[in-house]
Amino acid sequence: MEMKRVGIVGAALVAIGVSVHAQNAPPAAPANNTPPVQPAAPAQGSVPAGKVENGGVLYKKIGCYQCHANEAQGGLSGPRLGPNLVPYARFSQYIRNPTGEMPPYTTKVLSNQEIADIYAWVNARPKPPAVDTLPHLAR
Amino acid sequence: MATPLERRTFLKTGALAGAALVGTPAAAAAQAAAPAAQAPPPLTHAVESAAPADVQVLGDNERAGSDYMLDVFKSLGFEYFFANPGSSFRGLHESLINYGGNKAPEFITCCHEESSVAMAHGYFKAEGKPAAIMAHGTVGLQHASMAIYNAWCDRVPVYVILGNHADAAIRRGAEWYHGVQDAAAMVRDYTKWDDFPWSLTHFGESAVRAYQVSMTPPMAPVVLVLDGGLQEHPISKDERLPVPRLTTPAPPAGERGAVEGAAQMLVAADNPVLVADRLARTPNGMTLLVELAELLQAGVIDEGSRMNFPSRHPLNQTQRARAAAADADVIVGLESADFWGTVNAVRDQLHRSTRRLAKANAKLITISTGDLYIRANYQDFRRLQDVDLAIAADAEATLPALIDAVQRLVTADRRRVFQERGAKLAQASRAAAEANRIAATYAWDASPVSVARLCAEVWAQIRNDDWSLVSSYYSNDQTNWPRRLWNFDKRYQWLGHAGGGGIGYGAPASVGAALANKKHGRLSVAIQTDGDMMYAPGVLWTAAHHQVPLLSVMNNNRQYHQEAMHVQKMCNARNRGIDRGEIGSRLTEPNIDYAKLAQSMGIHAEGPITNPNDLAPALARAIAVVRKGEPALVDVVTQVR
Repeated sequence: MEMKRVGIVGAALVAIGVSVHAQNAPPAAPANNTPPVQPAAPAQGSVPAGKVENGGVLYKKIGCYQCHANEAQGGLSGPRLGPNLVPYARFSQYIRNPTGEMPPYTTKVLSNQEIADIYAWVNARPKPPAVDTLPHLAR
Repeated sequence: MATPLERRTFLKTGALAGAALVGTPAAAAAQAAAPAAQAPPPLTHAVESAAPADVQVLGDNERAGSDYMLDVFKSLGFEYFFANPGSSFRGLHESLINYGGNKAPEFITCCHEESSVAMAHGYFKAEGKPAAIMAHGTVGLQHASMAIYNAWCDRVPVYVILGNHADAAIRRGAEWYHGVQDAAAMVRDYTKWDDFPWSLTHFGESAVRAYQVSMTPPMAPVVLVLDGGLQEHPISKDERLPVPRLTTPAPPAGERGAVEGAAQMLVAADNPVLVADRLARTPNGMTLLVELAELLQAGVIDEGSRMNFPSRHPLNQTQRARAAAADADVIVGLESADFWGTVNAVRDQLHRSTRRLAKANAKLITISTGDLYIRANYQDFRRLQDVDLAIAADAEATLPALIDAVQRLVTADRRRVFQERGAKLAQASRAAAEANRIAATYAWDASPVSVARLCAEVWAQIRNDDWSLVSSYYSNDQTNWPRRLWNFDKRYQWLGHAGGGGIGYGAPASVGAALANKKHGRLSVAIQTDGDMMYAPGVLWTAAHHQVPLLSVMNNNRQYHQEAMHVQKMCNARNRGIDRGEIGSRLTEPNIDYAKLAQSMGIHAEGPITNPNDLAPALARAIAVVRKGEPALVDVVTQVR
């Protein structure tokens, strides 16, 4: 058993579309060192219909939550994914060909439909309360 | 308290086992396992009813060798000896509780030697001076070894006292398998100095030398092996045994010319960054770093092995550390444990690769005692980073000269440039802080509880206290949730991490640090992970028994989460199944009830809490207990970090 410096492994959908992670991104860049993913790039093609419920099951089952936390809000090893943050094309592309610490998910282990399901679930996450309504987070 | 019958049984078992061990170990084991209720043999009754042939007690003009040992230990200022009791140091144990009155040092009963060392590790982090641990030279040290390694990697002094019976002619049975020629050998690769004194005069000098060596930067654990005979043999009260005076050497400061060179690079730089890791040995370390940073209006990255820089200082760039390092044209590593890792990165994929994070032409400077001392076997010295200037010195001791040199070089023009730079850094720091606040709102009401919510709830209740975060599993991360949300501005509020990455540090280190904080009236809080707690749950009893005020908030994600991520990475890379990554790392089926675990050892405890709205009242009740001087635990079922 061990623990290492700087949250260690990105196991899931790390750094999708984040410019600073374009090539050979550093290991486990802390999520808050990473600007939130911006929906800058336009989606290419239509977004396939996804099954939200199955996406939630998959999100847990294949380990996405390990880095991106249970509600896709981001953790120490992976940035926030949603809701409504990343165009589908980039989401899907990064899962297949990650450039940072995230391990790849090939078509052999994760189908395109399953990616669509996960994408649907991520985008169905509830919006958070406004920060200024939470006294716990007052400066 | 042992009854006469228990004592008889002990004597019988010990004698038989000792005799049999010389010939047939199996027979000895069988005898040792005999039921305690068995009637004592007639010989024992005869012995006990006969007049003693030789009354062996200390004479009026005698004292124990271990009394002198305690005189020396008291002179060193130890407050606590952390130990699981062991016969090889029974002489010193008795001196401590009777001759020394169990005060300064006080015996803190531990349930495992690894916990003893980790408690001493945590104590040092809060108090700034070492505690001692006692253990058998064999089995006790073997238990303690991982925690000693942690302290070594963290450059923390722990004073390790081992018992051992050197004279084979008079060993009892157990003293054979508890005996060793060279007890310290097994930890010599990760301790700084050791000795096995042959006389009390020798002991006195070695005991003081051990303390001096451990406290001279780079600080590290030391080992002193105490012979059982030396502890137990009477000595005349008339025998003059001096207690050597402790003089802790002043740490080495940087060479003047090298310091001037560093100052010139810093003053000329467009965007210098100061990276501090094990810098702040004392509270003055943070004061000096603030002074240097403000003088230069330079960004600071606090890598977190110590509390180096106020978390909300406008020049603190820790929350955007990579960006700050990437923008820098001069980077100064101040007691950086892994300076290569500050300016480079490893990509951990099937085929690993490295890349430089810092600009190719960035000037690199290090000030570190790491250049003064290195060992070969264990690899905690990290990769060699080529730098433009390396100053082999203690960074805190060097800062005053560096500040003076910078002050002499700063012109009015440079000062205007510095102010503009400082304003930009302050803006970047504010933006990072605001991003953290917003990030914490996501999954705010989710169950299991988000780690951000947990930390925000704790912060809301302690922020007006004199608090100390005594342990946080992710404490080696620069960017864990307490550091993202809480206002750290005192040395004892952040105590760094285990050093060597050995799990089982957090829970005992919390108790040790909370013990140090107790006399200062600080509210000690631990964000306690579940996997770590299961290595050393006995520390809960120690906290209850010794009335250590400590709030342990369980960050209970029911798995060894980081290891699950590692295995997931392997699963993906091998492309033959991605849904079994948690196997081997889960702590479920059954779930562990940490509240019941704590309650069983006499601690106020609540949980498991899964609804974040239940957290605040549970924390309030627990904090009320802690404020009365007792430990308390709140078990919170959390998301992964």
